[in-house]
Amino acid sequence: MFGKLSWSVIPFDQPIPLASSLVVALILCAVLAWIIVKGHLPYLWREWITSVDHKRIGVMYCILALIMLLRGFIDALMMRSQQALAFHGPGYLPPEHYDQIFSAHGTIMIFFVAMPFVIGLMNFVIPLQLGVRDVAFPTLNSVSFWLTASGSFLVTISLVIGEFARTGWLAYPPLSELTYSPGVGVDYYLWALEISGVGTLMAGINMATTILKLRAPGLTYMRMPVFCWTSLASNLLIVAAFPILTATLAMLLLDRYCDFHFFTNGAGGNPMMFVNLIWAWGHPEVYILVLPAFGIFSEVIATFSGKPLFGYRSMVAATMAICILSFTVWLHHFFTMGAGGDVNAVFGILSMVIAVPTGVKIYNWLFTMYAGRIRYTTPMCWSIGFLITFIIGGMTGVLLAVPPADFVLHNSLFLVAHFHNVIIGGVLFGVFAGYTYWFPKAFGFKLDERLGKASFWCWFVGFWVTFAPLYVLGLMGMTRRMQHYDRPEWYPWTLVAMAGALLILTGIILQVTQLFVSIRTRDERREPTGDPWDGRTLEWATPSPPPVFNFAVYPDVSGADPYWGMKQKARESMSLGNEPEYTAIEIPRNTPTGFVVAFFATATGFALIWHIWWLVVVGLVGSYATFVVFAWRDESETEIPADEVARIDRANRAARSAVLPGQPA
Amino acid sequence: MNAAAPSIREHDEREATSADGPASRRIAVGYGFWIFLLSDIIMFSAFFATYAVLNDATNGGPGPAQLFDTTNVAIETACLLASSFACGMASLAVAERNQKWTQISLLATGLLGATFLGLELKEFSSLVARGAGPTHSAFLSSFFTLVGCHGVHITAGLLWLGTMMAQFYAKGFRENIQHRYLCFSLFWHALDIIWIAIFSLVYLNGTRV
Repeated sequence: MFGKLSWSVIPFDQPIPLASSLVVALILCAVLAWIIVKGHLPYLWREWITSVDHKRIGVMYCILALIMLLRGFIDALMMRSQQALAFHGPGYLPPEHYDQIFSAHGTIMIFFVAMPFVIGLMNFVIPLQLGVRDVAFPTLNSVSFWLTASGSFLVTISLVIGEFARTGWLAYPPLSELTYSPGVGVDYYLWALEISGVGTLMAGINMATTILKLRAPGLTYMRMPVFCWTSLASNLLIVAAFPILTATLAMLLLDRYCDFHFFTNGAGGNPMMFVNLIWAWGHPEVYILVLPAFGIFSEVIATFSGKPLFGYRSMVAATMAICILSFTVWLHHFFTMGAGGDVNAVFGILSMVIAVPTGVKIYNWLFTMYAGRIRYTTPMCWSIGFLITFIIGGMTGVLLAVPPADFVLHNSLFLVAHFHNVIIGGVLFGVFAGYTYWFPKAFGFKLDERLGKASFWCWFVGFWVTFAPLYVLGLMGMTRRMQHYDRPEWYPWTLVAMAGALLILTGIILQVTQLFVSIRTRDERREPTGDPWDGRTLEWATPSPPPVFNFAVYPDVSGADPYWGMKQKARESMSLGNEPEYTAIEIPRNTPTGFVVAFFATATGFALIWHIWWLVVVGLVGSYATFVVFAWRDESETEIPADEVARIDRANRAARSAVLPGQPA
Repeated sequence: MNAAAPSIREHDEREATSADGPASRRIAVGYGFWIFLLSDIIMFSAFFATYAVLNDATNGGPGPAQLFDTTNVAIETACLLASSFACGMASLAVAERNQKWTQISLLATGLLGATFLGLELKEFSSLVARGAGPTHSAFLSSFFTLVGCHGVHITAGLLWLGTMMAQFYAKGFRENIQHRYLCFSLFWHALDIIWIAIFSLVYLNGTRV
């Protein structure tokens, strides 16, 4: 009846996962109880869970990412403390548990923190920057989000029901084959990633179509904000790379479930095939994450320097160059696996070539700041911290791209330090900059600046205190994923790294405090005009938070940095111009389709992991039925009357007129 | 915008006059679905690459030349291409809003597709019966996966087709249903393209002397 599932899979004998999951379950139950008792459930269902509004979905993506960040960071703290304690001793985490922790940390941080955060910000911002009312496929957008949530859910419950993979975040075979990983851990990994991967692919298709086909009148390609360009590149990469991940993981699933021989040791299987395929997805994935972050920095630096972005065209060209080059370097992840000197040389050189367009970007950001009137706000702090951190991370990357050097450093903590250097310094600093920058747009009030900066400093210093020792340890020969060690000269460095992790913890606590304090004092922080930072792009032309239809009338774009141009015109003429003619606006109707599909997808995934075959059938039939019900609905849109549109827009126009020069204060 | 790059600016202005805001629903739906099809083709290309790499990994068992029956494959191909032709006829009937011919041509599309699927299953079961199932060697794993993945797509397409016919019957030629039909026909034709690649690279290449 329940396949492999029984009470024995709950780790009653392991206090750490049991206690931590109990705490999480208690918190979840408490939140749920509070929502139900307070009567918020209907509101939550109507306005959020079933919402197809890109802004709401974007916010939900970011909340998911923030929650999973806490989970992934707890894993990180456990790894650092284990290594700090496991000198000449076993530490407190047994190897099979430690292995699950580093696998879960990598998987969660990439797939369920970085991806949803980046996709969430793109979701929220892109239609606003493009001056349109929604993404191309709003319902599909909701499906994408809930499938991602479904994958996160599966990874999370593996903590207490069964186990997670012990194979590292990419689950290389033959270790991940049934022979060597007979448990459900790898199955959790594979099904969670297959389900969320489908969601990501659909999000990519959706965003790419939106950017290429839905733009405000006059918003030509070369007038698009750079964030739209980098997002376009990122989504094209999603469309081109994620199918490879789906196919590769499907082959491993067939090996495990149906006794196929793609990557097995025997019967002609070829484990190197997996390594090649997974990195043909994995390297573009790095750029899927970092390109939108580059876009965020471009917006933030231009805004807070009070200047148009320096070298817009070269920025676009560099973005698209990185987009293409990212598919030509995957082999540098396994120089040591015997492809031969010639092949290694080609991939080594191509890897170094990527540093060229990236360098172009760095100089563009520096020249944007040069002679600008810089305002050191929190987003700007993250951006400057990024510039310093990322340049160093990039240089260690170029070092690793030299095959002979890579033979020495492969699989060492030097590598671990390098990719954290670019992912934390690049992606995470980027999404934090974006989070602080667009928060007032999403909610109508600014986050607390003082706490934001304090958090930045803890993160920035904490990052270096954690990862600089890892560079040193790597050069001293310490390999990654070590559960314990006996070398006395490594010990002090692991202690320093532990201290750094605690500093980052302080930064995270400050961020949580910042959020709570800002929400509590939101009434003093309100910003009526919708343009708190003196922005340049179209999202700042909407009220904060923007109405469901974003723009009462499509903005007419006549140049780059369109909102800056509009503001200049309004300031010079001391008026916003004539009130436009308002018409009724049709917006897509909310639908529970996404939530229901994800519900069935989660059931199917869980059933497949535990071999509960009847539930697999139920899940698949349920998904198909949901699809048919959705196809059958008669009304897909609802209308907002012209009066309502006029009321909302007039209120915003009044607030904006009030700050024009020549108006009574 | 500065005067230093007049040609680019001219280009910009031309684009500006032609870009009249967001594209129509039909264009966006078709365009998005094309992007999906490209991603699907990339997924197949991963399976093709694997098949090419594992082509010789027969584990001492039979290879392509001993296994493939080109007559069966020829009939399969004929069915699939005829099915696409019927699908094209259905597109014309949909454009004419002709319920009778829409249903007839979609039925023909589906029957031909189902015949293709039946022939494929027949081939698979005869291979398994001869001891050449997917668990025997890496080559056979990759063969069954590549061809089977196309078969799964056909199966999903048939389910979709049934839903499409029911929608036309129950709801008529509503605009959003026509958009869905546009996607379905693109999907069905794209599966032909994949099949032609399978036909050439797997079957013809495997049985050449």
